[in-house]
Amino acid sequence: MAEIQEKIAKLFPQATFEQGDVLRICIPDAQWHDLASALRHDPDLNYDYMITIAGMDWRTSLGCVYFLQSTTRGNDVISVKVETTDRENPMLHSVADLWAVATLYEREVYDFFGIIFINNPDMRRLFLNIDWVGYPLRKDYDQDPALNPITTESERQSDFTQTWVEGPDGKVEKKEVRIFQPEEFVVNIGPQHPSTHGVLRFRTAVDGEIIKKIDVYMGYIHRGVEKLCEDLTYQQTLHYMDRLDYFSAHNYHHGLCRLIERAAGIQITRRAEVIRVMMDELSRIASHCLFMGTFCMDLGATSMLFYTLRVREMILDIMEKTCGARMTFNYDCIGGVMQDLAPDFQKDVKALLAVIPANIKEYNKVFVGNVIAKERMVGVGYLSKEDAIDYAVTGPSGRASGWSCDIRKIRPYSIYPELDFEEVLMAEGDAMARFKVRLREIEESAKILAQLVDNIPEGEYCVKVPKMLKLPVGHWWEMVEGCRGVFGLYLESDGTAKPYRLKIAPPCLPLAGVVDHITEGMKIADLITIGGSLDYIIPDMDR
Amino acid sequence: MIPLVIDDFSVVCDAVNNFLLYTCGLPKWLTVTIECIGVGVGLLLAYALLALFYILYERKICAYIQCRVGPVRVGPWGLFQSFADMFKILIKELIHLDNIDRFLFALAPYLVIIASVICFAVLPWGNGLQIIDFNIGIFFLIACSSIGVLGILLAGWSSANKFTLIGAMRSGAQMVSYELSVGLSILTMVCLAGTMSVGGIVAEQENLWFIFKGHVPAVIAFVIYMIAATAETNRGPFDLPEAESELTAGYHTEYSGIHFGFFYLAEYLNLFIVSGVASLMFFGGWMPLHFPGWDTFNHIMDYCPSVIWFLLKCFVLSYVIIWFKWTFPRLRIDNLLALEWKYLLPINLANLVLMVLIIVFGWHIV
Amino acid sequence: MEVTTKSMPYDAWKDNEYIENLVKELQESGTNVIVGSFDKLINWGRSNSIWPLTFATSCCGIEFVSLGAARFDMARFGWEVARSSPRQADFMMVAGTIVNRMVPVFRRLYDQLAEPKYVIACGSCAISGGPFNKSYHVAKGIEDIVPVDVFVPGCPPRPEAMIYGIMQLSRKIKVERFFGGVNRQQKQEDFLKSHPVQDVDQG
Repeated sequence: MAEIQEKIAKLFPQATFEQGDVLRICIPDAQWHDLASALRHDPDLNYDYMITIAGMDWRTSLGCVYFLQSTTRGNDVISVKVETTDRENPMLHSVADLWAVATLYEREVYDFFGIIFINNPDMRRLFLNIDWVGYPLRKDYDQDPALNPITTESERQSDFTQTWVEGPDGKVEKKEVRIFQPEEFVVNIGPQHPSTHGVLRFRTAVDGEIIKKIDVYMGYIHRGVEKLCEDLTYQQTLHYMDRLDYFSAHNYHHGLCRLIERAAGIQITRRAEVIRVMMDELSRIASHCLFMGTFCMDLGATSMLFYTLRVREMILDIMEKTCGARMTFNYDCIGGVMQDLAPDFQKDVKALLAVIPANIKEYNKVFVGNVIAKERMVGVGYLSKEDAIDYAVTGPSGRASGWSCDIRKIRPYSIYPELDFEEVLMAEGDAMARFKVRLREIEESAKILAQLVDNIPEGEYCVKVPKMLKLPVGHWWEMVEGCRGVFGLYLESDGTAKPYRLKIAPPCLPLAGVVDHITEGMKIADLITIGGSLDYIIPDMDR
Repeated sequence: MIPLVIDDFSVVCDAVNNFLLYTCGLPKWLTVTIECIGVGVGLLLAYALLALFYILYERKICAYIQCRVGPVRVGPWGLFQSFADMFKILIKELIHLDNIDRFLFALAPYLVIIASVICFAVLPWGNGLQIIDFNIGIFFLIACSSIGVLGILLAGWSSANKFTLIGAMRSGAQMVSYELSVGLSILTMVCLAGTMSVGGIVAEQENLWFIFKGHVPAVIAFVIYMIAATAETNRGPFDLPEAESELTAGYHTEYSGIHFGFFYLAEYLNLFIVSGVASLMFFGGWMPLHFPGWDTFNHIMDYCPSVIWFLLKCFVLSYVIIWFKWTFPRLRIDNLLALEWKYLLPINLANLVLMVLIIVFGWHIV
Repeated sequence: MEVTTKSMPYDAWKDNEYIENLVKELQESGTNVIVGSFDKLINWGRSNSIWPLTFATSCCGIEFVSLGAARFDMARFGWEVARSSPRQADFMMVAGTIVNRMVPVFRRLYDQLAEPKYVIACGSCAISGGPFNKSYHVAKGIEDIVPVDVFVPGCPPRPEAMIYGIMQLSRKIKVERFFGGVNRQQKQEDFLKSHPVQDVDQG
């Protein structure tokens, strides 16, 4: 870390540094693009993976915190803080030319904070509709429902996007750019469509069966979780984690609990750690089972859903006995877990582990070897490793492109370093690889469970934590591996009992962002295959 | 010797005819009219009952494949489930859309359903139980079943919806292509039979069903026919025109109420018809299982009425087609066309030549 | 469709026998025999064949998938024919949060359903906004947008609760009249008066 700081200080004397759990560089906007291009392209730095952009409102100023990771040099993470004091017409320079995923992230920041990114090619709102008044995550946002009433009138559509371009003389100019040409045949897939896995909307320009361009519209399930969290105590924020990616409920809970525990200096017991990891891996198996079912259903093989759901129901039974719910568990809490394990837990997990190998064999027999399935999946939706990093496609989808991005391995947390499991990597990068990676990850998760099931240590399952938890002033960053990829959390505290800002970096947002890139020139049926194989969860990307 | 229960239905038909014509002394035109009405009513009744049975049949099989129990609550074993569905669908609102071609929109479901009703006319239901038997029966059936494509194309086109349009275009490409394979594999069997009359084809199989008589080429033709017939009926894995996960409901997205019901019924009836044609061309139609020389066996087989033979064959063959649907993923449009034009069609043509050689040199069994 | 379940005391819903009696009473009294039997037939068909629209926005949708799967198997009741096109569906199970941006789409979907159509608000988000009630971008319950027939509470409701919800819808359909008859509103009020539910104030 020190040499990186030195190197940057030498290149950019204006930069100031702040030590935290990740190194933070503060830079004025004028130098930001130069610094970004050095961070991206300098072989000694090479921060090629942009994890997220956290928009911020510091009351006196607006700005962004960029989180970057280097995939080649030990996966270290740094953050960069850029701010502007202009609240009326805030502008920052875009880095969309350096990281492909930044286009999407900057749109999100624009939507929530109204910060305009100069040179971003597509500066539209992302989640809220085109005529929304105000920027909701600003601290002075007016929540009056009269300003933004609920209406049954269809929202206004525009075929144009706007962009602010900086001329050679430094003058910024607003431009309108056409998205679809008037003669193009645009099919509207979604928001109500059986295989968008929720309410996502693709405006798709097609030429016969061939896709020319896709414009993704999100926000049909945007519930404003980040804003809601700012009004709740730390314990209360936890329950929203269940409702983002409802398949990774345990994993997301684990992430936020770790973040708050680290910030508050709480040490949890080993029993709690083991229980958390076991629940994480159980939900990973359940999630991947459901993925296989819905994916095969998208391809038209409905029966597979019923076979995979059998295993999922077994897991839900185990969880229900311990957590008391089938889906929104709210099980991990600050200091440990809510209740102790059910008495049957070990017996049930062993019964599950006994049936998994036979089930995987069956899935392989029914689907993977099927000639039609091969035709549909092999070579469809190819994503190279470079593109996966550029578009921040993490999780099983990224690993199917050969990118080693499993947080459990590259930045191990909890008790993962002690466990013996493999990170499943494949080089093909197509839909088939994404399917197979998940199939093999079930085996790996089962391996982890087998190691832990007989070694659950005795002890307290939850340590004592004050009812009204207050965190010191500061900021923290945490990443965990959800079922669909890297789940990042950025917390900024002003010393009160409520978070000042909780930024959730979901894995599914970049997954939707990459759809346009990998479907170009494919057929309509392939769009369904690709969407299914990426396995995005809409409430997770919309938050 | 015990009197055989060969239920020649033509005896009944003649009796009715004689009763009307001579006993009642009606003029010929009136007799024919009354008979036509009787046949028509019977046909429609059979049509509706079969469709309802098929809907339940598929739901039960699908449940069985998916480890479920399927409908069980409405009536014993859920037998009345499809009747409930029928009453419901009869009274559902027919939605009128703006900016569409109303005439074509209303016409399309009728075309589809008429195409499948007409096909019933030439199916060999049983011994002597056939509405019309003429010298180009099987040709007539192929011609009529093609009208269905027109209905689907019109439905997709007139709905003024992009999804239905894509669905219609897909079905156009698909059904026109697969019609070739259906036609050619039937042609192969017609060569063996030496006649296009449905009655003639059945009579030819009195000693041995064609699938045994024609051995290798017949089996090849059968496999090709089953694939192509599945595609013809727009069923999975060839259900691209109504691919649910891609086009919501395909060409009939905009249809509601009984108009949708017509598409729904026709889909199942087409399943029955293609199974019926398969049993006619390969498994002897209503003809019981006979083997040359096994006289006792043949006599025992004859005890089962011919109608039951025909229906059983159809149900078994339909089971296979339903089994396809709930097992395979859907094909993509380019795979679908490649399968037809690159594989099925050349194989079919070669198979036709093989069949001709077998007939010319008398290599077939019996 | 004069009979509404709104006037029924809440506790009556717990007692299925009570509802069956109400249905019987309403169907038997004062209706022309032929019309009445037609009505019975049609309502038997309608109440046994309720096809859902494939519609889900979030968590509850996954439980709806479980409902179709082998353990809960809604096919037993004949509800498994989920149509993707709203024109062919009978009811929509609003499974999940409805947010501002979704409201016009949702409303349009409801309008596209063919009559007779029903709505089940499934889960606390659809009922009141649930945990997201205070959000700037969430509709506080769908009742303001479309008429709702049955509410199924839970976050998300268990599949058993969903089954019960659809069964209640089925009962509700049974008391509707299709062809016509006497004023049933009156009849229903009479019935409610003469069959008091225990411990409930009739108001």
